[in-house]
Amino acid sequence: MSAAAEILVPGKAGEGEALVLTAPISFWGGVDPRTGRIADVRHPQHGEVIAGRVLFLPGTIGSSSASAVLMELVHNGRAPAALVLHEPDAILLLGLIVAREMGWETPIAVRLGRGAFEAYRGGAVSVGADGAVTVAV
Amino acid sequence: MSLSLSPEEQAIAARQDGAGMAMRIVAESARLLGAPRLIPIASAHIDGALYHGDSGTLFAEKLVEGGAKVAVRSTLNVGALDLMGCSRIRLEEPQRGMARRMMEAYRKLGCEQSWTCAPYQAGHRPALGSDVAWGESNAVVFCNSVLGGRTNRYGDFLDIACAITGRAPDYGLHRPDNRRARLVFDVSGLSPSFLASEIAWPVLGSLYGRQVGNAIGVVTGVAGHPGEDALKAFGAAAASSGAVGLFHIAGVTPEAPDAPTILAGPEPEAVIRVTPEMVGKARAGLSTAAAVKTIDAVAIGSPHLSNAEFDSLERFIAGRRLAVPIYACTGRHALALLEQDGRRKRLEASGVVIVADTCVVVTPIMPELGNGVLMTNSGKFAHYAPGNTGYAVLYASLADCVESAVLGRPVFTDVAA
Repeated sequence: MSAAAEILVPGKAGEGEALVLTAPISFWGGVDPRTGRIADVRHPQHGEVIAGRVLFLPGTIGSSSASAVLMELVHNGRAPAALVLHEPDAILLLGLIVAREMGWETPIAVRLGRGAFEAYRGGAVSVGADGAVTVAV
Repeated sequence: MSLSLSPEEQAIAARQDGAGMAMRIVAESARLLGAPRLIPIASAHIDGALYHGDSGTLFAEKLVEGGAKVAVRSTLNVGALDLMGCSRIRLEEPQRGMARRMMEAYRKLGCEQSWTCAPYQAGHRPALGSDVAWGESNAVVFCNSVLGGRTNRYGDFLDIACAITGRAPDYGLHRPDNRRARLVFDVSGLSPSFLASEIAWPVLGSLYGRQVGNAIGVVTGVAGHPGEDALKAFGAAAASSGAVGLFHIAGVTPEAPDAPTILAGPEPEAVIRVTPEMVGKARAGLSTAAAVKTIDAVAIGSPHLSNAEFDSLERFIAGRRLAVPIYACTGRHALALLEQDGRRKRLEASGVVIVADTCVVVTPIMPELGNGVLMTNSGKFAHYAPGNTGYAVLYASLADCVESAVLGRPVFTDVAA
């Protein structure tokens, strides 16, 4: 199974176990910037770790410091392997843009409708440099 | 529509220095936002100098190394340290050193050492209709709503990048059509005595933010101007409970001489008629502590206290000794007046802890208690204190906060909505 997704921010192609979030998340206060663990106790995926995963985001909410948290995750080596967003979030993705300006290796971020997310749940997923989101059978 | 940059902007973006890096950040954001062009800005308020981790410090230092300087007036929001030395910050090394390096880097970029979340009360007041790039949610909503300056909610990195380039993406609240109200928030069903009370505005702000989310509304049914500190409290509470960047109050704020003028269409998309029951629920929702017999502290000053608010604090304390501390957060702009005539020393002798340049929810100041109870008159502190400090919160008016601090137990005066 493979879908061609629009590239939002180019970056390193990535592969990892899919982590499909079932509710929007606020990175600031919602994700621990040192570990990549989802710290928001009210979030359905509380306790999961986003580091090294292909992260499927149905939506993002909250603070304008989300970019700082994502950049800190990149700097600490705890960023997702790739980000798949239902819609572009300029504040969150700014974290990748600035990290890239710092000369750090950043994961690719692509856009894919959230209706397609379920097909990837639990799978080993790769996101290619061309934006192809593929699940290994 | 795709982004088009001027030849000058393209030339700057091609450079390898700090200004080039800032221009690429602004342009990439504009592309993601779908903005067709960049527009010039008159000023910036920078929220990016609060330490969240080492990467933010390294970013600011890279801009400094690249010779970048802000191109427009740029004030700074709070940092993680009290540089005035009023209060003791429990931030340990190496974080403390990195936070200090970050604050120093923003100074070297040419930002004003304002260190306040209320820059609009520290002499930074954009003109009506001017485009600016401001960060910090309460400052953004005040600038848009009370002053009529035009800004979106600029977050970390983009705020300083806009300040260095003197430009911002042309989208959102920079465009007059996007500033019109679609909802009416009618408070005419509330009693005049409640609307005149201090707690009315933070409570209504909290309710407003939850009701409208990120939509733009106009508040109707307000008889007279409630005062600048009331609008400050309303906006701060609304921007914490919802994604509010702009509100209007008919007959009060500059873009809304009356409701029809500011509404987007002949009829609003929805009318929220505020009832006393809704207000009661919103007020109760600001507290997280159940019935408690004692409190451990009071925190006020989110947004930072004005001199008028310090006057009220002094009047309510009336020379008495506090049983639990009142943490009074403010900016150095207010401190100057407070230092005169020994006022600050008198307040501190009563048991007030003045916190300057920062505040109790963004950096560790209050002692770590397992189950501490904090009383506050700030809708914003009420929202963030439980998550950021571990204290449960009780919401009350400033007068009740002071009485409770004197007695060490919560006291409430009822004001019927």
